[in-house]
Amino acid sequence: MEKKAFIQVQAPLDEAAARSLRSGDRVLLSGTVYTLRDAGHQRLVDLLNQGHNPPFPLEDAVIYYVGPTPATGGRAIGSAGPTTSSRMDPYTPSLIRHGLRGMIGKGHRDLQVIRAMKEYGAVYFAATGGAGALLSKTIVEAELLAWEELGTEALRRLTVRDMPLTVIIDSQGRNLYEDGPRDWRRQHGYLND
Amino acid sequence: MAIREFHTDLLRDAVETMCGPAACDMPRDVSGAMERASRLEDGVNARSVLLELLKNYDIAAAERIPVCQDTGMVVIFLDVGRDLHFVGDPYQAIDEGVRRGYKKAALRMSTVGDPLRRVNTGDNTPALVTTRLVPGDRVTVTFLAKGFGSENMSRLAMLRPADGMEGVRKFVMETAAQAGPNACPPLVIGVGIGGSFDQVALAAKRALSRDTGQPHPDPYYAGFEQSLLEEINRSGVGPQGLGGRTTALSVAIEVLPTHIAALPVACNINCHVARHMREVL
Ligand code: SF4
Repeated sequence: MEKKAFIQVQAPLDEAAARSLRSGDRVLLSGTVYTLRDAGHQRLVDLLNQGHNPPFPLEDAVIYYVGPTPATGGRAIGSAGPTTSSRMDPYTPSLIRHGLRGMIGKGHRDLQVIRAMKEYGAVYFAATGGAGALLSKTIVEAELLAWEELGTEALRRLTVRDMPLTVIIDSQGRNLYEDGPRDWRRQHGYLND
Repeated sequence: MAIREFHTDLLRDAVETMCGPAACDMPRDVSGAMERASRLEDGVNARSVLLELLKNYDIAAAERIPVCQDTGMVVIFLDVGRDLHFVGDPYQAIDEGVRRGYKKAALRMSTVGDPLRRVNTGDNTPALVTTRLVPGDRVTVTFLAKGFGSENMSRLAMLRPADGMEGVRKFVMETAAQAGPNACPPLVIGVGIGGSFDQVALAAKRALSRDTGQPHPDPYYAGFEQSLLEEINRSGVGPQGLGGRTTALSVAIEVLPTHIAALPVACNINCHVARHMREVL
């Protein structure tokens, strides 16, 4: 069985680096990412619509869709795996137009998101859903930036080291959620379409 | 017949004690099924994802970090022996147990008190409790900490009796396919068949409280479970939807008598973080 090598990727991520990643690549991400989920997205988009500056640099930023458990035992963060990305779809094209370059979550994205990713050169990674303890070990620092009252949904800046991710949708619109299952079915002779 | 006096503090403490271990220690039936799956898996990315998940279970147990950050809403099936008398309010006792247990184990508070106004209750209460009267004087607490990434991919349909087993099969296949990567496969699937609109959903949830891989006692339904599982695992969705063999770990069916005009079916989706515990008090 083929074993894939990991590609080292740094966040923030510029357009050329994002465009060089391919659907199916396994990645170890290091650098700075921002946590944001449903309520935080609403606030961020409201700020942008009112012409205010976002509370963190959106240009080339990578956002992680996560609502962690509280940190214990002197650790930076608690359990911290991805949440379902599709709930962020309504906000995402506008964030991509404002410079967002990478997203980490799990599950499908809609066509508007994929269209914006192709146009502006963005990439969608999946972290492994249900691997919150393992992923938390790759988060070496967590700093509250804004919206503390949102609790687990507050905006945090994370420093990550070698976070294991998979490129699901690349800047050419190729999608591992379509290609991976189809290739497996073809290999096993289960393909009837 | 002597009536047992049952102090609800006992129930409170049992629930409190279950919250942390439910979040951090995967039940052996689940980790065993995942281990077997990882040996059979041949998808390109799939095997490494399964190994990641197994490693995650180990880290969670050793360091007391929840297996998943969605530590769920608490679902409880309470089987109450009819020869006992509660001293205290069992529902308040359960909520107090959840309140204490979630705080003590530093779990995530994921419950809003109202579905539209959406203010977090701050203590993960209330629990969702279903009570049944049973013979005897014991209380059996079945505890699920149910994640909602998977819950959101669940579905219910009122089929026609003529749709039969084939209709149920199609519905389960469609539901598993739609769940895809959103529900964090490998999935654990609970299927309710029969009853009414409300009861069939509960039957599907109850199916999720069975140990993974424990077949239905009726061979007719055990066979159906097996064939559904095999068909789902030919879909190629695979772990995390990346392509592979292990789309689901198990399918559990619960059935109920129903109306001559009806064939209700419900499919309750769970992820591999299938947290379930049981205690008899
Ligand atoms: S679906 Fe399961 S594994 Fe995925 S985030 Fe929710 S609880 Fe965790």
